Amino acid sequence: MIPFDYTRADALEDAGKALDAKAEVIAGGTNLLDLMKIQVMTPEKLVDITRIDGLSEITKDGDKLRIGALVTNTALANDANVRKGWPLLSRAILAGASAQIRNKATTGGNLLQRTRCPYFYDTSQACNKRAPGTGCAAQGGSGRMLALFGTSEHCLAAHPSDMATAMTALDAVVEIRSADGETRQVPIQAFYQGPGDTPHIENVLAEDDLVTAVILPAPLEGTHQVYRKVRDRASYAFALVTVAAAVKVEDGKIVRADMAFGSIAPHPFQNADVKDMLVGQAPSDALFAKAADALTRAEAPHPDVEYKRPLLRRTLIATLRQACGLSDAHGVDIAKV
Amino acid sequence: MQTKLTVNGEAQTVEHDPRATLLDTLRDGLGLSGTKKGCDHGQCGACTVLLDGERVNSCLCLTAMHDGQEVTTIEGIGSPDKLSALQKAFVEKDGYQCGYCTPGQIMSATALLQEMQKGQASYVSDDLEVPKLTDDEMAERMSGNLCRCSAYPLIREAIAMVADQENEGAQA
Ligand SMILES: Cc1cc2nc3c(=O)[nH]c(=O)nc-3n(C[C@H](O)[C@H](O)[C@H](O)COP(=O)(O)OP(=O)(O)OC[C@H]3O[C@@H](n4cnc5c(N)ncnc54)[C@H](O)[C@@H]3O)c2cc1C
Ligand code: SF4
Ligand code: FES
Ligand code: FES
Repeated sequence: MIPFDYTRADALEDAGKALDAKAEVIAGGTNLLDLMKIQVMTPEKLVDITRIDGLSEITKDGDKLRIGALVTNTALANDANVRKGWPLLSRAILAGASAQIRNKATTGGNLLQRTRCPYFYDTSQACNKRAPGTGCAAQGGSGRMLALFGTSEHCLAAHPSDMATAMTALDAVVEIRSADGETRQVPIQAFYQGPGDTPHIENVLAEDDLVTAVILPAPLEGTHQVYRKVRDRASYAFALVTVAAAVKVEDGKIVRADMAFGSIAPHPFQNADVKDMLVGQAPSDALFAKAADALTRAEAPHPDVEYKRPLLRRTLIATLRQACGLSDAHGVDIAKV
Repeated sequence: MQTKLTVNGEAQTVEHDPRATLLDTLRDGLGLSGTKKGCDHGQCGACTVLLDGERVNSCLCLTAMHDGQEVTTIEGIGSPDKLSALQKAFVEKDGYQCGYCTPGQIMSATALLQEMQKGQASYVSDDLEVPKLTDDEMAERMSGNLCRCSAYPLIREAIAMVADQENEGAQA
């Protein structure tokens, strides 16, 4: 690590004041320290926000749930309200990293974790995200972890968060505090920004903004919630493709199909057309195949991620079958009686 | 800079560079070399310690951020003449070959048993509310600890042995 000044913020005001272009917030540190050790991130100042009061609580606000930015992944996944009302979120968090990392990782830090593109990690390679204007080594290199959708000619990287994918399917809202003390709420769908020609800018945060909370809207009553993650090994690996779905079937018809797809775009991905194809229809393998075809029609931006198209197609079908009660979590058909 | 820690029950004041990780402070600053450095990037679990009772990767902790907190290392849970139940079980079941990952495995397993008691679920729990410690559960819950010698089956046997002992103790 290059030398830095360490500052502990005791209150939100201190953090806002201490932040500038050369500073980084540190929360769990599980992503930032990793990147600082290999000098992919080189802040001159670290602002430790972990002692700020009021950011570590999960509180009910009517039907909504307010999750403080410092709530750990472990605390969130095991919260009684989350398990009951938003089990999709528990499942997605538990699918990520290891118990050790989840004990440290925070809600804010997880949303803001950086990509796992190998060239981003290698300071000897060109990377527009790490060093704007240097080019993109992934273009002519190898790229199995890259995105399928939403890329630009300047960057093909995917966002790796499991938690954020579930939060997107659940229409979460990110609460942001600016240095002047103003608080604004941004739907998670508008929080992330595509790469365009500025892939180093990944979200709407200004340099002195802090994420203070994530708010979940009322639970989706009567939905069956499924998180399916496909990866190279059964545990402790980043996803190749994930599908988060909350589906409700009533009188033989799908009446709700809230979905988000992870590790296939620069941010958790959604597709309104696919949702529209499902809602109002009776669940069937033919319907799921049609929806999955529609989702995976686009051309892969790099030959190495072509495999993600059939993988995503099959993962969506398997997820919908489970969410509609046609099969169990292991893909085994549930017999109709 | 200076940081105060309680390490294995003893109050310590350590002098360190702001860049020091908890792992380096334990090993180089306090001479507690039981905690191992495998990858230094959160990928192997060799550096696992308990921080205020919860397992974390000490290589991804900045010492400066943990002023006033409690750290428990492998040296803190037992001694050669008074092994903890898990330490004993690892010896009995031969839950290692080279032993490099073992302190991390045992610290992680120590926390795992406490997490089960608290009813924490895992990715493979069928029911988020009432997880049971099956072999699959153990594999999933220990996945943050790699073993280059692949002693995994015996590591799981050692943990299962202690879990069974605890259950019997609770029923008696
Ligand atoms: C080996 C390994 C495996 C992993 N596997 C997975 C996986 O399978 N799935 C998955 O989803 N994740 C995985 N992760 C990533 C992990 O989830 C993240 O590292 C973690 O969530 C980051 O949270 P943190 O609190 O430690 O963030 P930090 O490292 O503290 O911060 C990350 C970034 O967010 C910024 N930040 C943090 N909090 C705030 C805030 N409140 N306001 C503004 N900015 C803020 C920081 O400045 C920094 O840029 C893995 C990580 C490791 C090391
Ligand atoms: S895909 Fe993005 S992150 Fe990867 S090398 Fe190209 S610019 Fe960098
Ligand atoms: S040394 Fe910390 S996880 Fe490998
Ligand atoms: S016993 Fe050798 S690494 Fe685990």
